[in-house]
Amino acid sequence: MPQDRKIVIRDFSFFYHSETALRNISLTIRGNEIFSVFGPARSGKTTFLKSINRLTDLIFGTSHTGTILLDGTDIYDPKANLNHLRRRVGMVFDLPTPLPMTVFENVAYGPRLSGVNQKKSLAETVEKSLRAAVLWDEVKDRLHTSALRLSGGQQQRLCIARILALEPEVLMLDEPCSGLDPVSTAKIEETLTELKKQYTIILVPHNIQQASRVADRAAFFLNGELIEEGPVFQIFTRPKEKQTEDYATGKFG
Amino acid sequence: MSFNRRRYFTQRIAKVLIWTAAVSTIGVMALILIQILGEGLPVLRLHFFLESPRSMGREGGIFSTIVGTAALTLVALAFATPLGVGTAVFLREYTRESRISRMIRFGTDCLAGVPSIIFGLFGFVFFVIYLNMGWSILAGGLTLATMILPTIISTAEEAIKVIPYSYREVSYSLGGTKWQTVTRAILPNALPGIFTGIILSVGRSIGETAAVILTAGSSLMMPTSVFSPIRTMSVHFYILAREGISMEMAYGTGAAIILLVLFINVVANWLLNRYIRRRL
Repeated sequence: MPQDRKIVIRDFSFFYHSETALRNISLTIRGNEIFSVFGPARSGKTTFLKSINRLTDLIFGTSHTGTILLDGTDIYDPKANLNHLRRRVGMVFDLPTPLPMTVFENVAYGPRLSGVNQKKSLAETVEKSLRAAVLWDEVKDRLHTSALRLSGGQQQRLCIARILALEPEVLMLDEPCSGLDPVSTAKIEETLTELKKQYTIILVPHNIQQASRVADRAAFFLNGELIEEGPVFQIFTRPKEKQTEDYATGKFG
Repeated sequence: MSFNRRRYFTQRIAKVLIWTAAVSTIGVMALILIQILGEGLPVLRLHFFLESPRSMGREGGIFSTIVGTAALTLVALAFATPLGVGTAVFLREYTRESRISRMIRFGTDCLAGVPSIIFGLFGFVFFVIYLNMGWSILAGGLTLATMILPTIISTAEEAIKVIPYSYREVSYSLGGTKWQTVTRAILPNALPGIFTGIILSVGRSIGETAAVILTAGSSLMMPTSVFSPIRTMSVHFYILAREGISMEMAYGTGAAIILLVLFINVVANWLLNRYIRRRL
């Protein structure tokens, strides 16, 4: 599969009961890029992410039209393996969501679900993932204390490590820095730039500056519609649409 | 009277009333304990626990009734815990709010309000006679299981309900199936609440008399299998006191019951705190 067509979204619309959350979205996300999805609240960003790993399936009364292809395969195919899809497309939520167990157990949670049980290989995976999430040095001596005792920024990087332990192909982050201080934010952004080499990253930034700092390309969503997409420098310096410009320059939002 | 003075008096009166409520609660508990333990503790010697009753309970100890109580409670829990927790998981994780879930909830609420003697009558007719189990640990345990089931269902459901949605979302987003999510992300965190329901149920099972007499009998013999009839400590206490066999032994049994319940609660609390502390 050509890496420049990692995720292809065609005419995708999404509905909660009769309410339209996404309207005719068509987008292509390339491999090994940081693709940023931004827009005001209720513009459909989270729904967009959650439809790519089908977490929207947990909610009753939703429906969709159009297709989403991951490496050319329709993820909404009735024969698609949902658990496999979610392991390939990992997601980090807007608030840190450590499970009430130890740091080690949190990272090992995913691999254990897919049947990895040997102590040695789990320990290796945990260390590798924590290193990749730039957290290892801070927690290596407290792997067996509760994850709830970590700071907010550490918890969020733990959530990133937890996803990395599954060796996914795509990493989706929904405002991962919304509850964090500038230092933690910088650390997470640094982590993301590092991770780009191996993963395709879809990022909902918590502000526009973040998108311009880390993203390669960006898409502007408004009321469930895709207004404009393109390279970040173009979106923020020479947007084609007036709405994008207004939002990016802070006229509304 | 000025507004401020009235406020001051309301405050004083409220304080007195609230203190009275608290103190009388403790007072009633203290009176019961002093009465039962005061009369009963002198009877509690090691042989009282280790010997079986002789001549209707006038002499000897209460060993066979302790065994009976434990066996009956364990059988009741063995049936009611998986059923109750399973129902709670079904209600919260496997079905949406619907006519069926409302029916189940309404049913358990009604069951919770039914007097125990009715459960006893049902157990007697259904388990003892119709299923031909006779007066036995099995029939009594099953009857107690139906009696404590509503408590276990509602406490377990409550415990599952308060688990943050994010735990589910995380587990599913890491590729977990529904079953993996229930067993690894939900039940371990609901365990303290479920455990509370179980402890409440143990208390009710130990204290039950009417339903037990009708379904497990009142035999003083040492049970040999789940088909043996038994007498629980509470039934023993009831018969000793009611038939005037021996007030001394009755008080001894009462004191033993109180100590047993106290012991179970202390151990349960200790276990629970240890479990919670390990996770936080």
